[in-house]
Amino acid sequence: MKFSNMLSTAGEWLRGEGPHHQVVISSRIRLARNLRNRAFPGWAKKAERTSVLEQIRSRVEELPEMQDAFSEGLQDLAALDKQVLVERHLISREHAAKGAGSAIVVNRRQTLSVMVNEEDHLRMQSIRSGLQLKQAFKLVDKIDTALESKLDFAFDPRLGYLTACPTNVGTGMRASAMLHLPGLVLSELINQVIQAVSKIGLAVRGLYGEGTEAMGNLFQISNQTTLGEKEEDIINRLTKVIETIIDKEHDARQTLLQRKPSTLCDQIGRAYGVLTYAHAMPSKEALNLLSVIKLGIDLGAFPEHQRLQIDELFIQTQPAHLQKSSEQKLNAEERDYLRAQIIRDRLKIFAKPDISKMVRESGPSFTNGPSTNE
Amino acid sequence: MLCDVCKCNDATVFLTQILEGKMHKVNLCEACSKEKGVQDPTSFALADLLLGIGAAEEIEKGAPAKKCSVCGFSQADFKKTGRLGCSECYVTFAEGLGSLLKAMHKGTEHVGKLPERAQRTMALNQRMRALTENLQKAVADENYESAASLRDQIKQLETDLSNSA
Repeated sequence: MKFSNMLSTAGEWLRGEGPHHQVVISSRIRLARNLRNRAFPGWAKKAERTSVLEQIRSRVEELPEMQDAFSEGLQDLAALDKQVLVERHLISREHAAKGAGSAIVVNRRQTLSVMVNEEDHLRMQSIRSGLQLKQAFKLVDKIDTALESKLDFAFDPRLGYLTACPTNVGTGMRASAMLHLPGLVLSELINQVIQAVSKIGLAVRGLYGEGTEAMGNLFQISNQTTLGEKEEDIINRLTKVIETIIDKEHDARQTLLQRKPSTLCDQIGRAYGVLTYAHAMPSKEALNLLSVIKLGIDLGAFPEHQRLQIDELFIQTQPAHLQKSSEQKLNAEERDYLRAQIIRDRLKIFAKPDISKMVRESGPSFTNGPSTNE
Repeated sequence: MLCDVCKCNDATVFLTQILEGKMHKVNLCEACSKEKGVQDPTSFALADLLLGIGAAEEIEKGAPAKKCSVCGFSQADFKKTGRLGCSECYVTFAEGLGSLLKAMHKGTEHVGKLPERAQRTMALNQRMRALTENLQKAVADENYESAASLRDQIKQLETDLSNSA
């Protein structure tokens, strides 16, 4: 599959059809594996990295799941194309910085991506829409089992799968979900949730993983530890915590509707106004405002069938996707103009937020709210 | 405010991370933040910086000036990168790594997926233990006929084991 073909179709996870998709954008499982007695990519000399790559890449490409896959050496990918892959969460930022001696293989549906010679020899990832950690694990576990029959993975009976960083040793598994939590952010409960979650050994991060800022009310939650717990147990524990957060988010939204309806209407109205009329839109502001529109759809202020239009904008307005679509390199200012234009065009088909519908769906207490005289 | 690493330049990069309910703060100057890879957020974790410093010391205690026989990695390299050199490093630096892994993880032993290869080896090892026990018993009972048969089985198993490794 060519890069252009991949670019033109959105990954399965972007279509937002999975369970709990209002709050859970995507579920991901990543497994780290290494070959026995071969230097890890960060320590290997170029010749060794290349020989490991050759050995692994052909094995990955011949998997039935990788029929007609997109497979490329990192040295053959333009900086912009790598950035597109990062924005789709198909490769990590760290992998995007790599060149000769590293490769990426992505299946046709963009549900599986295999990074060769990232921090570990193999980083296999499955990404699904909504809360589907178990299904994602099943998919990536299957290719792991297929590969281990052909490759000699570094495994120790006591320590499990051996990885470059001791933080991944054991299962080598990182399970994570991307959550959209505008209700908890608006009601200022998010810090409580983050603190509670980090107390039980789970990590909360921003949009692009470790060390990144939370934008667009998007948060990634994942397991912190990999040794001493079964894959299934890690996934079950994480799933339970996520289900609790989903309930909390819905509660927060209902409370906002009942107690602070005018704040909520104001936020949605402003987001709609700015996105519809702005001519320069920085990417962070775009994410934050689109997040509020998405909340508006969840609450009935905009029709449900327009959801995909907004979900797509989350990715299409990212810097690399913008430049790819305009087929030229743009500076930040030019990107802001183009981003504003794309969003304006898309929002043309959106009628004004239907506040009364939100009112009707939230029950009688709302109708007495001050925003009804709008 | 001075940089926590070099302690001579003014800190301009401020990092905060909440790890298991505890807040950790690190202040770095421009140069040290670059050196620690803070500019590239994915390759950097405050945990690594915080744990990494302690971890390297742990490893030093356990294995002074030791180098991995497979990849030539030393504890000084671990201090620098927070990563190991190859799978054999886990054996080379086992002593120092033990307490580090204990502090990092939920348990100290893997209980998850076993690759088929490892499952086979573990099954063979288990059979080996049983055969050896039976052999000792047979010898003690002066049952030499069965001891000879057990010895042959053990020999065969030894070849199987070396093949599967």
